[in-house]
Amino acid sequence: MQTKRTIFPNKGLPYLLLAPQLVITFVFFLWPAGQAVKSSFEREDPFGFRTTFVWFENYQRLFREPSYINSLWTSLVFSVAVTAISMGVSLLLAVAVNRLLRSGRIYTTLLVWPYAVAPVVAGILWWFMFNPTIGILPYVLDALGINWNHRVNANHAMILIVLAASWKQISYNFLFFVAGLQSVPQSLTEAAAIDGAGPFKRFWTIVFPLLSPTTFFLLIVNINYAMFDTFGIIDASTSGGPAGATNTLVYKVYADGFLGLNIGSSSAQSVVLMAIVIALTAIQFRYVERRVQY
Amino acid sequence: MANIDISGVKKVYPGNVTAIHDLDLSIDDGELVVLVGPSGCGKSTLLRMIAGLETITEGTVAIGGDVVNRKEPAERDIAMVFQNYALYPHMSVRGNLEYGLKNRGTPRPEIDKRVTEAARILEIEPFLERKPRQLSGGQRQRVAMGRAIVRHPKAFLFDEPLSNLDAKLRGQMRIEIKRIQRSLKTTSVYVTHDQLEAMTLADRLVVMNAGRIEQVGKPVELYEKPASLFVAGFIGSPPMNIFETATLRELPGVSLPASLPQGADVIGVRPDSIVLDQPAGAAIALKGTVELIEPVGGESHVYVRLAGIEQIVILVVQGRATFGETDEVAFYLPEAALHPFDKTSGRRIE
Repeated sequence: MQTKRTIFPNKGLPYLLLAPQLVITFVFFLWPAGQAVKSSFEREDPFGFRTTFVWFENYQRLFREPSYINSLWTSLVFSVAVTAISMGVSLLLAVAVNRLLRSGRIYTTLLVWPYAVAPVVAGILWWFMFNPTIGILPYVLDALGINWNHRVNANHAMILIVLAASWKQISYNFLFFVAGLQSVPQSLTEAAAIDGAGPFKRFWTIVFPLLSPTTFFLLIVNINYAMFDTFGIIDASTSGGPAGATNTLVYKVYADGFLGLNIGSSSAQSVVLMAIVIALTAIQFRYVERRVQY
Repeated sequence: MANIDISGVKKVYPGNVTAIHDLDLSIDDGELVVLVGPSGCGKSTLLRMIAGLETITEGTVAIGGDVVNRKEPAERDIAMVFQNYALYPHMSVRGNLEYGLKNRGTPRPEIDKRVTEAARILEIEPFLERKPRQLSGGQRQRVAMGRAIVRHPKAFLFDEPLSNLDAKLRGQMRIEIKRIQRSLKTTSVYVTHDQLEAMTLADRLVVMNAGRIEQVGKPVELYEKPASLFVAGFIGSPPMNIFETATLRELPGVSLPASLPQGADVIGVRPDSIVLDQPAGAAIALKGTVELIEPVGGESHVYVRLAGIEQIVILVVQGRATFGETDEVAFYLPEAALHPFDKTSGRRIE
């Protein structure tokens, strides 16, 4: 793609214009990240008087720790479930809305609202609905013979955070899917209809393949979301419990660092997470932006 | 192969917008019928109703004697070529051609045979493994045609298939389409807003206006005997000159031929039947000032402002014009070239 080059008469001006963004990036991203890398190689005593450089000991301990391996597994289950549910449901909704001509706008507006809800609020919302003592849903579930209690049942807790996290992400995915569907020309579906493909076949052989760039983009974004953006939801609903059943990687960073005050280990975990983000972003740029087209 | 019978067809869109009013048309087996008209005249809607992409409010459409009103597009056994080609962008050319056959469960050897045959007819063999985006406009157009041919359908429906091509390619593809249609003898309905394309392609031409058929006939018939003012103005380029007889009568020294039928308050004259020398028979003699001369090669289009009234008359002069702009010219409308019309109904008067 050809980009237009702007020539500045003053050499300092471009730097000055970039400065605010650069300062923000440095102060809020690069500096803390650097600090995290630094402290991941250090060990601090509980009172913060003395720090010693310990090389890779924090990392070695981390991968020997069963609770960390458990957390990795939890994160994997959580993010796969959230990605699958939120993308599946939003695709279904987008296809349904795309069939409507006039009322489509109203549905779109309504379906986007959950995205405006802050993660913590979303967490509390679902926590209330599923609250074993005061919630409405356990009451309904009880009638079906299910004794809901996410405070003691690990599976229930996982289901709760998966639901809350997916619910919030559906809006975002939905918007992209609707936009993607609208960019598939109507005449293609019509041509396929004349070519003898039924509605289901038309969707899977024509529309879905043409949506693949959107789908791949959302896949990466959703994995990212589930892995890193769900702290608020987990903290407000299960706080990582019961017994670490919903202690995902990002929640464990917080729990070990701010609650357990093990800064070294928490930093090492942050660095591992950072590596994962970098890898995902690289995949997105390398493959999604370039390869997936038709 | 089949004939198509459209009887009493009406299309009303939500909000009570009537796109087609009670339309009858029958298309013979193997015939190429062109629907032509300005945008919004309902020609595409009619085509889409034949295809099954639009519901039919009233009346029936029958293909090969079967009423297809309630049938899905796939069950009507027709093929359509779209204006934007509607090629499946993620499939190769071969994939595009095979798609319709695969959906119908055609056996593999038969599919291969038909794809090879269509590719040969359209000369697209070298591109079979390419994706549509790697093809030029003309090649895409051929693939779209190929997708229709491989199916061996009862009818081809063309929805302005050439309007995305440049003028030169459009001319070539027009000949190509006619050649293929002639050799396959498949009943075809072709929609266009381009009157030249319509004239050259059609076995029979259907001129539509505001959801109604204005006239049906052979292209030459329509040119020589337009049934209404609308057809007179739409077919032929440059368009027919229209005069009000009342205005002509008031001009000094102008007399109208006695043979003009009663009630002919409007007369039309084709620019190429106006002559500069006094003809043998009766003629209307007019004078005016040349405003503009457009040389178009073998002939010139001359725009003349009539003396006494503010009306521009277009003349087609063979070769170069012997006069220049701002010159005064005299010209004649031969009696035989006059098309008499009734002003209120717009119909031709015999």
